[in-house]
Amino acid sequence: MLRYLVQRLFVMIPTLLVISFLVFAIIQAPPGDYLESMVAEMQSRGENVNQEKLDFLRKTYGLDQPFYLQYLHWMFGDWDGLQHVNGGLIFGDPGYSFEHNLPVADVVGDTLALTVVISIASVLFVWVISFPIAVYSATHQYGFFDYVFTFLGYIGLATPSFLIALVLLYFANIWFGTSIGGLLDPQYIDQPWGWAKLGSLLEHMWVPVLVIGLPGTAGMIRRLRANLLDELNKQYVVTGRAKGLPPFRLLVKYPLRISLNPFIADIGSLLPELISGSVVVSVVMSLPITGPILLEALRAQDMYLAGSFLMFMAVLTVIGIFLSDLALAMLDPRIRFGAGSGR
Amino acid sequence: MIEMNADPQPLKHTVSEAPFDPYSVEVVSPEQEKLYLASQWRMMWLRFKKHRLAVFSAFVLAAMYISILFVEFLSPYNLHSRNVDSIFAPPQRVHLFDKGEFIGPFVYAYNYSLDMETLKRVYTPNLEKPQPIRFFCRGDTYKFWGLIEGQTHLFCPPNGGTLFLLGSDRLGRDMFSRIMYGARISLTIGLIGVTVSFVLGMLFGGLAGYYGGWVDDLVQRAIEVLRSIPHLPLWLALAAILPVNWSPLLVYFGITIILGLIDWTGLARAVRSRLLSLREEDFCVAAELMGASPARIIFRHLMPSFMSHLIASATLAIPGMILGETALSFLGLGIRAPIVSWGVLLNEAQNIQVVALYPWLMLPIVPVIIVVLAFNFMGDGLRDAADPYK
Repeated sequence: MLRYLVQRLFVMIPTLLVISFLVFAIIQAPPGDYLESMVAEMQSRGENVNQEKLDFLRKTYGLDQPFYLQYLHWMFGDWDGLQHVNGGLIFGDPGYSFEHNLPVADVVGDTLALTVVISIASVLFVWVISFPIAVYSATHQYGFFDYVFTFLGYIGLATPSFLIALVLLYFANIWFGTSIGGLLDPQYIDQPWGWAKLGSLLEHMWVPVLVIGLPGTAGMIRRLRANLLDELNKQYVVTGRAKGLPPFRLLVKYPLRISLNPFIADIGSLLPELISGSVVVSVVMSLPITGPILLEALRAQDMYLAGSFLMFMAVLTVIGIFLSDLALAMLDPRIRFGAGSGR
Repeated sequence: MIEMNADPQPLKHTVSEAPFDPYSVEVVSPEQEKLYLASQWRMMWLRFKKHRLAVFSAFVLAAMYISILFVEFLSPYNLHSRNVDSIFAPPQRVHLFDKGEFIGPFVYAYNYSLDMETLKRVYTPNLEKPQPIRFFCRGDTYKFWGLIEGQTHLFCPPNGGTLFLLGSDRLGRDMFSRIMYGARISLTIGLIGVTVSFVLGMLFGGLAGYYGGWVDDLVQRAIEVLRSIPHLPLWLALAAILPVNWSPLLVYFGITIILGLIDWTGLARAVRSRLLSLREEDFCVAAELMGASPARIIFRHLMPSFMSHLIASATLAIPGMILGETALSFLGLGIRAPIVSWGVLLNEAQNIQVVALYPWLMLPIVPVIIVVLAFNFMGDGLRDAADPYK
């Protein structure tokens, strides 16, 4: 087990490094930099541009340096010989946001924590909803509710989440009087955390969690149902039934346990899906999570901010996959002992 | 000596008198023979035909793809023709009978008034004024595929009236026509994107599966890295790269290529695993022993075996791309006006007021759902048919 853990950790680090390089390359790819677009904007407003200040900014942020040096600077910070001076993403300093004129860490603030909360809540939602439905559908194959759930699942897969978000927001407002947009009632913004604020958060959170989780739920139901059906048609289930095992025990004891593997393994594909969904949904609902700020940063070429967000999402995903691999290894000895992967 | 029975009754024997053909077991009925002799592709077709929902979906998709060839003719208005008098007009119903009298398909004209309290435009059908819809008529001029000038439409608004089957938008443009024009972009984007990812997937999956070793390792790692970055933010970042001064057509191609660039990983995985397992199959070993060249093995023996699977997975990849484009354009980083896709149309339905006041602006979502569902069903059918020997 320990060997497996260490091995996975060692794969994770180069993966993250490659991702960070890729992200930085993409963010840097457009011609020009933030300062240029800023100058263009200032000139269009008829303001004067202070060339000295520009040069100073460019030098401070290393924008005049070649691409790979900028990357190294962003990733590893400044070094004096072997002595780490300051900055660097791996030391927890994601750089400076030009647009907001603040360190990225300050801009990002609460949004990262809220993103994590929403993501975890969505994963839990997907599990809680899809598990009973999938088990029911598999055990009652071609029954009425099986068809109903399958139909709903297809609709869930096919409808863009932003539309569901809009419609749900509207009805949440009409039926429950929930204020539109955001994760909190207006009066709680900038207030210290307390029970009332938490309650307001929970009241607002169900809509985004539902919307973000819906496509994932549909996919999960389909996969778990297929897996469970495969198991249920096997000989040992027939034998067990013939020997008089009660149906519920027969279901729970073996087939369900085996078909649960993909349930955990799938988090690897579920998490990127959820995060992708959360970007669009959060823009529509103006949630204080990564989506809107990322979009804004991308539009304005605010590279450190956008890069940090993309990187953060990738890290979240990679860690999620790592945890699911660990859980899978604990569940399934075949993986633990390296006899071929279960996927 | 034992004496035989006095009167030798012949034993009743049970052998049938009918002529006996020892090979009757092996004779097959014409239908069976047809099935046995059928080529692989024919068997797939037979299998696919059984999947009713898939066949139906294929028909729906075929109809949609054919209709985008004749958009200019089929839509009553031009893409950009504005009707300043009817802004945010709700959908008009098509009637057949007026006061119990049959007068063919017609619509009632709208009476327009402004609600001074809510500042909402109120349209009420004027029951006194039935306006018959014209067919094969002269309407807005268009350039068919940007080449041939024309004026003839399948149906046009009544003389002096309007025909908004699905309502109109903030500039009084007909939603139905715009959805028709949007189909041209939205439907082709999936096809081109899938072609890009198909080529990439075949290339990288084929390399990994054929050479194995470090090539395989490299491709596998690359796939893992790409898969662990959430697609949509990556698409967004890539779409933000596209220069602002590109023409809309270039942006369109840029977007399709971006969609394909990220999406090939699934196909590459499928190709690789199929190649790896097929390489070890008996027929492949046999071909090798008979002296077939690698090229012959790959193209004559391996390719047909996994091509069907690839087509099925490619079909299942298209809806993801259509949804991706819709999301990108919805967020304003995808295709830009004046080119119109369903996502661009939905961009107008971005806020809650639309849901409350002008719900018909959300209608472009209906074709999106239909197309995505149809591709999913057809892909399922193809996947089941891809292995007809099961």
